[in-house]
Amino acid sequence: MSESFSMNTPLTAADGVPLKTRLQQQRRMRQLKALLLVLPLALFLLLTFLVPIATLLTRSVDNPEVVSVLRETTQALKPWDGKSLPAVAVYDALSRDLQRAQAEKTVPDAAKRLNMEQSGFRSLLQKTARKIPLAPEAGQSTRDAFIALDERWGDVSHWQVIARNGSSWTPYYLMSSLDLRQGADGKPELVPEDERAFLSIFGRTLWMSFWVTVWCLALGYPLAYWLATLPTRKSNLLMILVLLPFWTSVLVRVASWIVLLQSEGLVNGALLWLGIVDAPLELAFNRTGVYIAMVHILLPFVILPAYSVMKSIPPSYMRAAISLGDHPFAAFWKIYFPQTIAGVAAGALLVFIMCIGYYITPALLGSPQEQMVSYYVAFYTNVTINWGMAAALGSLLLLATLLLYGLYSRLVGANRLSLG
Amino acid sequence: MNMIKKSVALAVIAGFALPALAGKSITVISFGGANKAAQEVAFYQPFEKTSGIEVTAGDYNGEMAKIKAMVDAGKATWDVVEVESPELLRGCEEGLFEKINWAKVGNKADFVKPAVSECGVGIFVWSTAMAYNADKLKVAPTSWKDFWDVKKFPGKRGLRKGAKYTLEFALMADGVPANQVYKVLGTKAGVDRAFKMLTQLKPHIQWWEAGAQPPQFLASGDVVMSSAYNGRIDAAQKDGKNLKVVWNQSIYDVDSWAIPKSAKSAEATQFIAFASKAEQQKNYASQIAYGPTNTKAIKLLPAKVAANLPTDPANLKGALAIDVGFWVDNGEDLEQRFNAWAAR
Amino acid sequence: MLPSYASPVERVWFYLFRGFNILVLVFLVSPLLAIIPLSFSADSFLVYPIKELSLRWYEEFFTSGEWTRALMNSFIVAPAATLIATALGTLAAVGLTSSEFPGKSLIMSILISPMVVPVVIVGVGAYLFMAPLGLTNNYFGLILVHAALGVPFVVITVSATLKGFNVNLMKASANLGAGPLTTFRRVVMPLIAPGVISGALFAFATSFDEVVVTLFLAGPEQVTLPRQMFSGIKENISPAIAAAATVLILFSIALLLTLEWLRGRAERIRTLQR
Repeated sequence: MSESFSMNTPLTAADGVPLKTRLQQQRRMRQLKALLLVLPLALFLLLTFLVPIATLLTRSVDNPEVVSVLRETTQALKPWDGKSLPAVAVYDALSRDLQRAQAEKTVPDAAKRLNMEQSGFRSLLQKTARKIPLAPEAGQSTRDAFIALDERWGDVSHWQVIARNGSSWTPYYLMSSLDLRQGADGKPELVPEDERAFLSIFGRTLWMSFWVTVWCLALGYPLAYWLATLPTRKSNLLMILVLLPFWTSVLVRVASWIVLLQSEGLVNGALLWLGIVDAPLELAFNRTGVYIAMVHILLPFVILPAYSVMKSIPPSYMRAAISLGDHPFAAFWKIYFPQTIAGVAAGALLVFIMCIGYYITPALLGSPQEQMVSYYVAFYTNVTINWGMAAALGSLLLLATLLLYGLYSRLVGANRLSLG
Repeated sequence: MNMIKKSVALAVIAGFALPALAGKSITVISFGGANKAAQEVAFYQPFEKTSGIEVTAGDYNGEMAKIKAMVDAGKATWDVVEVESPELLRGCEEGLFEKINWAKVGNKADFVKPAVSECGVGIFVWSTAMAYNADKLKVAPTSWKDFWDVKKFPGKRGLRKGAKYTLEFALMADGVPANQVYKVLGTKAGVDRAFKMLTQLKPHIQWWEAGAQPPQFLASGDVVMSSAYNGRIDAAQKDGKNLKVVWNQSIYDVDSWAIPKSAKSAEATQFIAFASKAEQQKNYASQIAYGPTNTKAIKLLPAKVAANLPTDPANLKGALAIDVGFWVDNGEDLEQRFNAWAAR
Repeated sequence: MLPSYASPVERVWFYLFRGFNILVLVFLVSPLLAIIPLSFSADSFLVYPIKELSLRWYEEFFTSGEWTRALMNSFIVAPAATLIATALGTLAAVGLTSSEFPGKSLIMSILISPMVVPVVIVGVGAYLFMAPLGLTNNYFGLILVHAALGVPFVVITVSATLKGFNVNLMKASANLGAGPLTTFRRVVMPLIAPGVISGALFAFATSFDEVVVTLFLAGPEQVTLPRQMFSGIKENISPAIAAAATVLILFSIALLLTLEWLRGRAERIRTLQR
């Protein structure tokens, strides 16, 4: 293989392949093996987790109903100027579409979708479909016949709604999730005051998560500090009191809080008996109840990481500062606290991320004014069967979560995550 | 590795084999709680005995989403579903439900009129009425006006979290007579009027979603009055709670059996026919205070039981029948608006 | 501890601080203690005071069709999901720690993401995706999604154990003539077993406590214990909930003790390795 040896000749392995290539080959083999080990899980998550979520995301802009049911109408509306009444040919197309849809029983799909943007459209479309085919009187065009049936067919705004849905995707759901709508001039505008809901729901979700996080920090930090400074045997014993609720089913805890907080519950009973209040306080089914239960559920997520950070700080640092003349509070603030910030902040961020996705606790312990975004995702999925809206709200919630998760990964590093 | 392989195989088998093990069976979905318990005794158990078909009972809160998803997929695993009348009519229009084979169910003439429809067979007549805890209130409230009067009756009130019934009650509280309610509600001004009344009461409302909640709220003292399904209040009375129903200005409706498309319709029809017999209907009404739809069953009931049912003439006085057409047309709009209003 | 020369201010502060923390601990355990007595109440509503003691709710929990079915379902779904999550998660963790390759941290982030994505989104997404495939109202779909939710815990705990793992042990085993499979089985597995088992316990607890995905995916035949409790709390608040809660609390105590025991064992193994 090699004719001469010189200093330039690369080192070779036993079989004569240059050592560098050989090592590289081996590294590649190792990488390949590692990837092969990861592959089954990656595929599994792709199918059970990533693809379903991606499908959900596409539903937030998906708009098949009008295009498929009123196929010819939407085609015929393409050249329409959007200002005057559409041509007679458009009415003819609508007549044919409705006749076919009536046979296929698909009228309600389109009616439901159009009704979202213009109320009353559902009954208009269904009423019209039932009367199809129309029999225009002599000298009457199909257009006249439609308008004679219901004068709303002579109203440009109804046609604008159909035309707007002539494409198989729509910004409607995402815009509605932000309380926006397409104004008469086609530009986005805020919906009227009494229909606005989602901006305040997003705001509330963040606001409540913020307060739950603050409370978790306020209660969890001192406790973690105390546990970290206690002798190990004692702290291990007390740690069980933190871990036990952590391992207990969330539903068990919610049920318990209902028992404790309802107006004839234990807390009110105790307060009345002690004479602190003379009428039961409202603690459950309002914000107080949701805060109490959520703080209870999430508190261990602050305590556990804070505790493990604090355990790793040698107590000698504080002692040194104090013996050098610092007041214990000053020593704590200047020496101890800064070392715990990173770990505690990571825990707090994790709590915040978990909070914004909460559903069960507010659903069971709160009134409608406590429901967060997740509740509305479930509401639109189950109750009104408006899957576009559910997907749009879900997409925005997911976006917020992923941004925070990205921040968290930068702060902690996803591969440095640990559990207690 | 071997162990892992075996475990995966086991998990896969567990996933596939278990549903396959079951014999001939149907799944019946109802509204849960006391209603389901009564159906268990009056319908499911005797049906299992006489037909040999096993009944799997489940409950839901009337969400049509699951039914739609199943029917869209062409694999309905719910064979018989209890639905309220607006949902029945809408589901029938949208092609979610099978047409009822009345020849196999029974004689249409034996049933009260709203129980007979294209896609549904009425199960019982029920009523949403005002209820209160007689241990807590010295003066009995008599109308929705009293419900709105927080000075005379201080304390929280329970209302169902939804536009249906709530808007009607609000209008009646504002002085609209029962027979004018749907006429007023049909106008934009009427809807605004109802929401205005609700906004007044909002700080005092505790919302409920499931039928079992109002008696619980009333018993625990969380609310002093509540709208409630009359049967649930009756069940709590039997449990020794001193709860009372105000029949005046109540709203009644019929719940029906429906068969989702692609379900086992032969067995489902067999079940519906069984449950619609006078004997079974009588047994159901003796378990829970809902009125039979089979007129023959009403005659079988003792007078004392009949007096507690929504179908009793004394209770029907001043009551209002739900306008199904109105809710089919406007339900979605109003629920959406209600939801935005409630969240505020 | 408080030194004897502490000033009065320090003394007051010390007791205040301790009192505060004890209150927080009471806050943490009180709900668990509050519900247990109610399970022995004869009343059919979940309220204090208890007028009469009875075991009727335990009887209901262990004999009624609904609760026993829920209990059985939980013990079908959770173990199956745990097995899948543990098997796939352990393999992936071994792969991820054994070598460096491009995009590794991205892959890690994705594998862990089921832990942070709001569970409603997972539920609705899986529901709308699986319904047309006939995977809703069916054990299989539910198990798959529960497994996905449990995966991050296995990946994290096993990776953590592998980080403290001494690679020389594998080389030594290879030098002594063992094949890669034998090495994995006889050297690697015993060492990472505590990590695998605690990951599996986390995955088990995740599935065992999961209700949102179950709400969407499960039909009446697949109702699990938490799902049954959910409708119980929402619909018929009976002390059967308290009985179920008590049983679950006992179960979580058992889980916790197992985990603590494992942790102790892992510590000992780690010290032996050094």
